[in-house]
Amino acid sequence: MRFLLGTLLIALFVLAWQGVASLESVDDLTLASPVETFQALQDDWSLLWDNALVTLVEVLLGLALATLGGVTFAVTMHLFRPLRDAAYPLLVASQAIPVVVLAPIFVLAFDYGMGPKLAIVALICFFPITVNLLDGLRSVEPELLKLMRSLGASRLRTLRSVELPSALPFLFSGLKVAATVSVIGAVFGEWAGAEEGLGRLVLLGNNQLQTPRVYAGVVLLTLMAVALFALVALGERVACPWNRKEQPA
Amino acid sequence: MQTEVEAPVMEPLSFRNVTRRYPRVTALEGIDLAVRQDELMAVVGPSGCGKSTLLELVAGLQEPDAGSVTVLGATDAAARREASAYMPQRDLLLPWRDALANAALALECQGVPRAEARRRAEPLFERFGLAEFERARPAELSGGMRQRVAFLRTLLPGRPVLLLDEPFGGLDSLTRSSMQHWLADALADEPRTVLLVTHDVEEAAFLADRIAVLSPRPGRVVAEIPVELPRPRDVTSPEFGQLKRTVLEALGL
Repeated sequence: MRFLLGTLLIALFVLAWQGVASLESVDDLTLASPVETFQALQDDWSLLWDNALVTLVEVLLGLALATLGGVTFAVTMHLFRPLRDAAYPLLVASQAIPVVVLAPIFVLAFDYGMGPKLAIVALICFFPITVNLLDGLRSVEPELLKLMRSLGASRLRTLRSVELPSALPFLFSGLKVAATVSVIGAVFGEWAGAEEGLGRLVLLGNNQLQTPRVYAGVVLLTLMAVALFALVALGERVACPWNRKEQPA
Repeated sequence: MQTEVEAPVMEPLSFRNVTRRYPRVTALEGIDLAVRQDELMAVVGPSGCGKSTLLELVAGLQEPDAGSVTVLGATDAAARREASAYMPQRDLLLPWRDALANAALALECQGVPRAEARRRAEPLFERFGLAEFERARPAELSGGMRQRVAFLRTLLPGRPVLLLDEPFGGLDSLTRSSMQHWLADALADEPRTVLLVTHDVEEAAFLADRIAVLSPRPGRVVAEIPVELPRPRDVTSPEFGQLKRTVLEALGL
């Protein structure tokens, strides 16, 4: 039922898109129709695919970097309360940095290669991962912490047996947000200067008035984000089976 | 030799003129109580009279502002904690651990390796009426079973003094009654020194050897009522009714 409704909504969206694109008053250079976009996907498939792989690698490595950094940072902040209070404003500030502005500077600093893209993806993804995990680590009921103290648990034992497992669903929430914004980060990174990648291809297509190819690129970028999200959601189901909302009948 | 004769029998658990203040309220004031070896003392009192504070003081989770709490001759918090097993009102089982691992947690906290802790917890499941539920997650257990797993977790480290904070407060009345019978049987088989906090007069009368009645905040001991009724206790007998009335009168009800 849910699947059926989802398919129906997507079909409706594509239909509406086709409808708007077919209007006389809509410029073909502004909006490519789904049919034209699909045509471009077919015609430019190998070009699109090669560039998509480059972007995917940037996204995955950036996400991995952000996860590694975010988890380390969140756990350290959690264990040292004064550090948490001191570093929290910095953490928020890191998210307020306009990445669009920063991207060209990163390119200047790291050259055209993978470096600036990873840095930008990681910078964007770091925040939701760290903040969610921090909240998760703090979400443990005080009574449970009291029980652990009465059992004589060490700080690390409590972290390992209680706080980290409790925080796992929160970490996955952060990862879900990170997975969706990571693709945007990679595109910004490529716009600031790149030799390959879907973001660069879309930018070039825009400059060359190849509107269907631009839309094909956007569709692929969207699919990439959705697939990443689904992967994280699957990971959550596997890693936190106790956390499923729906109860067996 | 002489000293042995003169020394009073050491109670495993005693409060000497204990006062505990919080920034805004005084929770307990001038508490003098002593629980004897293998005795179950129930503490009853109105909500907010500092009953839970009493247990947390014994468990080494809080320090008295005046007076002293002595558990097995020790007054420092770490020694009090190691001598007592604290069971909070809610079972607080970890949803990601199966029943066996939840019970084993108590041993793991003492540095026992996981597999060894599970192995040592396993034989107790049969005795607690939990056989074949070792692998069940807490969500799959009934309220009474969850409470028994929590109780198992409390007993497993083998600490001599048991601290029970309204252990059956969250259960429906039928389950509560059957758990009270079960606890009475378990303690008859294996006596322990127990401090039980409850707001349920019937529960106190059913389980306790002695009942201490606390006043509303700040909590003071207003009565200590010995319970002489034979076990198993008949809750329908006139003596039981009389006992309940005595406790309720001490509570001012």
